[in-house]
Amino acid sequence: MTISIENVSKTFDTQSALNGVSLAIEDGAFVALLGPSGSGKTTLLRIIAGLAAADGGRILFGGEDVTERPVQKRGIGFVFQQYALFRHMTVAQNIAFGLTVMKGKDKPDRAARDRRVQELLELVRLPGLEKRFPAQLSGGQRQRVALARALARNPSILLLDEPFGALDAKVRKELRIALREIHDRVGLTSIFVTHDREEAFALADKVAILNLGKIEQFAPPQEIESAPASDFVRDFVS
Amino acid sequence: MSRAQHTARAAVGEPGAVRLVLILLALGWLALVILLPLFAVFAQAFARGWSTYRDTIAQPDTLAAIRLTLIVAAIAVPVNTVFGIVMAWTIAKHDFRGKDFFVSLIDLPFSVSPVVAGLCFVLLFGRNGWFGSWLSAHDIQVVFAVPGIVLATLFVTFPFVARELIPLMTAQGRDEEEAALTLGANGWQTFWHVTLPNIRWGLLYGMLLTNARAMGEFGAVSVISGHIRGQTNTMPLQVEVLYNEYNFTGAFAVASLLAGLALVTLVVKTALEWRHREQLAGAGH
Repeated sequence: MTISIENVSKTFDTQSALNGVSLAIEDGAFVALLGPSGSGKTTLLRIIAGLAAADGGRILFGGEDVTERPVQKRGIGFVFQQYALFRHMTVAQNIAFGLTVMKGKDKPDRAARDRRVQELLELVRLPGLEKRFPAQLSGGQRQRVALARALARNPSILLLDEPFGALDAKVRKELRIALREIHDRVGLTSIFVTHDREEAFALADKVAILNLGKIEQFAPPQEIESAPASDFVRDFVS
Repeated sequence: MSRAQHTARAAVGEPGAVRLVLILLALGWLALVILLPLFAVFAQAFARGWSTYRDTIAQPDTLAAIRLTLIVAAIAVPVNTVFGIVMAWTIAKHDFRGKDFFVSLIDLPFSVSPVVAGLCFVLLFGRNGWFGSWLSAHDIQVVFAVPGIVLATLFVTFPFVARELIPLMTAQGRDEEEAALTLGANGWQTFWHVTLPNIRWGLLYGMLLTNARAMGEFGAVSVISGHIRGQTNTMPLQVEVLYNEYNFTGAFAVASLLAGLALVTLVVKTALEWRHREQLAGAGH
């Protein structure tokens, strides 16, 4: 699904976090929001998700204005930096959560939910762990569960906040590949936030570079490397 | 013993004799100040045998006091549980101006003398109080009646649940709630499925302390109750009444019930701490 961000701004107290940001993201794209800390990238992601409200501007999904739509109705999947798994629920209950809170006739029955959990566990390559609790999993496994949980309701948009930040280098590489595969297989439009240049360039089709609440450049990695749009971009990517 | 512990002990380094004296001193003090009085309560209560004890408890005034205490606790605990959760939620999960002031305000019932609290309610709702004429015009009695006792108890037990939950909820952050929202849960589902299970043991602990205080409160209730026998006397007040009438067996019999309640609270509290120490650790107990 296409995502259009039109002139979005956000101010915290007196400091402006986003300063008229616009981005047009194509259907099926895998986009990285790259920037130093304090550049506003996480704020932008949370506004796209509906977890934070913009002070001005519009967000459109597939051409439809969702600016005023609450987070529950945006049809997005969100993966948090620290995974935010429900610590008192098993892996299976975590993954099924989005299905169990559905209302009325939309809510799949128990057997259908169990089937979906199995499907998702296979998708993220964690079969057999459904009875474990989050505290009994490694960092990489938790991240995979968080991903499966976010995908349970078949969102067309996946948003990830520093998804690999807390992992060691080897697990990080494995997960990157896994995430890219899942993105392609499920047919998602994905946006992830990172401060790691190498990660952004290795994974994304297009990278948006943010600095002080403004987009410095939005282009494929090769183009950013060959033709940086500003001095900041040149310094940041070199 | 691990190396770290070993080093720590060596560093503190008292000789064995000093340690022994300190331990004995601590135990002796504990026995004198805590165990002996507790023992005395039960010894005095049962001094004339089990049947006298039972008869004393079964007196109508005493039974009325027990009933009133149970009613007051049955109101104060649920009400302060709900408000405690709301307070803790507001403070732990949101940022707003004046938050620190708000947090200190919650502690007010702990820092003000209960007698003063009782007097405040008399001033507000008494016959010559601010709302006195309105209340008497509508034939509502607050002071020297059950509503006043409930209000005073609500006031003094207000901080327990909130105090218990604020550090716990602050430590847990907002992530899990936000995750639930992105997964389509509404506010109520998020609270019921995510927030409440995460705080349940801390909440139970806070409720337990609320209950203990609600049943044991003397000062604030004493000022507002008017000591009407069989009507507005709670158990602690009944103890005082009986004692002042030189009915020591009766006074200590009721006191032993309160002491028993304290012991049960202590046991459940310790069991909770032992089973859920990780979750309660954040609460600073």
